[in-house]
Amino acid sequence: MAASNGKKYTYYPGCSQTKTSRAYDASVRGVAGKLGIELVELEDWNCCGASNYIAIDARKAFVLSARNLALAEKTGRPDIVTSCSGCYVILAKAKKYIKTNPKLHKDIDEALATDGLTYTGNVSVRHVLDVLVNDVAEQRIRAAVTVPLAGLKVAPYYGCQIGRPYGEFDDEEWPHTLDDLVAWSGAEPVNFPLKSKCCGGILMTTQPKVGRTLVGKLLKSAKDAGADCIVTACSLCHVTLESYQKKVSRHLGEDVNIPVLYFTQLLGRALGLTHKELMLKDSLTHAEAVLP
Amino acid sequence: MRVIDGKVEGRELTKKFLEEVMLIPNGEKVNMCIQCGTCSASCPTGYAMDFTPRQIVAALRANIIHEVLVSNSVWLCASCYACTVRCPAGIPWTDIMYQLKRLGEDEGIIPRVKKGHELATAFNSIIDKYGLSAEFLLMLKFYFRTGIFKALGQLGFATKMLTKGRLDLGAHKIKGIKGLQKMMAVMEERK
Ligand code: SF4
Ligand code: SF4
Repeated sequence: MAASNGKKYTYYPGCSQTKTSRAYDASVRGVAGKLGIELVELEDWNCCGASNYIAIDARKAFVLSARNLALAEKTGRPDIVTSCSGCYVILAKAKKYIKTNPKLHKDIDEALATDGLTYTGNVSVRHVLDVLVNDVAEQRIRAAVTVPLAGLKVAPYYGCQIGRPYGEFDDEEWPHTLDDLVAWSGAEPVNFPLKSKCCGGILMTTQPKVGRTLVGKLLKSAKDAGADCIVTACSLCHVTLESYQKKVSRHLGEDVNIPVLYFTQLLGRALGLTHKELMLKDSLTHAEAVLP
Repeated sequence: MRVIDGKVEGRELTKKFLEEVMLIPNGEKVNMCIQCGTCSASCPTGYAMDFTPRQIVAALRANIIHEVLVSNSVWLCASCYACTVRCPAGIPWTDIMYQLKRLGEDEGIIPRVKKGHELATAFNSIIDKYGLSAEFLLMLKFYFRTGIFKALGQLGFATKMLTKGRLDLGAHKIKGIKGLQKMMAVMEERK
């Protein structure tokens, strides 16, 4: 294990990471261990509410996020880090709304007080990609690579909610941090024009035809770019891209099957983590065949 | 003035809606829409919407918001924020789409395509009870509401996930669930 830089982060896994995307969780923790990042899981965290809660009741949705943020504040650590872009944007959004709406802030304060919590909004919401690229940064990552991935062509898929709407650490339209990280791990990022286009997410369940059309475009674009695999940075994107490739191929009348990996699985392998540690067997798209 | 839904007039519904939009950060900018269509052109699902984002602003101005709410449009929004970051007038479109979803909910106006709403409702009932999501329970609830036969199409996927050990058949509560429920109650009371 590499030496820590002394900074500890509060880690917010989010619901998907406990089961559906447990390989994402395992690879995030594995990568952190290799790079000396201390992730301390937030004690008794709750669901962020995803894009569902806020669609029905915004005030209650904000209290869900506020509870997590208040628990994070209590630890005294300045950052709450998540690997799911959905959770990331929901937490960031709650902060923004509470800050600009005094009545909401007051109500949130009273609600949290019923369980002894307080909210000041002084915790930074970060994506694990941001921490890797900006806090750990290129030099330390390159230096820690032990398994060369040279020759592997990778389509970096950002999805929509990593840069949008707030663009905290990357460009909203044409992000590059994931491309950089892929390159630092020794693999080759391909030019993937749809890298920040939406996968449709939950629409795969509620509006399957629309969902398949969006996913079809993405998979095809990655294949056309000559990629051997796609890497994702969001639990929902990941499941959406990996789960219905056969149906999507049938829908398009074209074979768009392609392995999909969490970006931390790719990086983790480069850092010397084993297939087992990265839970590559969880993949529905033969991700294990892509990596050495 | 047109009467819709037997009780709320189009103008009043629009007025109520715009008041709520003003509470969204930058919401007041909705008045600055120049009908350029950038939002609609950027929208990945716009091609399938009865009313595209640009047309929704036009509909608001014409007080026919009820038609928008019963259309398939608002629940086709995948919350990708492409419209929001591109709008030259700085209108937070995605958040306005969310506000439209909530308006439909508050007014009891049922959209023509209900599934997005059904899924959100099922999801929220799980969060209220457990404080965490529960995948399998959610699918049960969702397909029970929207047609149990549709679930058959998901059987292959569910089996794959189960074999991989990625599907949790149970539901887990956070320790502080009682506290969370109290917080939710406060938010409800103080609306
Ligand atoms: S992009 Fe903005 S200004 Fe242009 S039509 Fe859409 S909402 Fe109006
Ligand atoms: S946020 Fe919604 S309305 Fe806006 S571009 Fe994305 S899907 Fe379309």
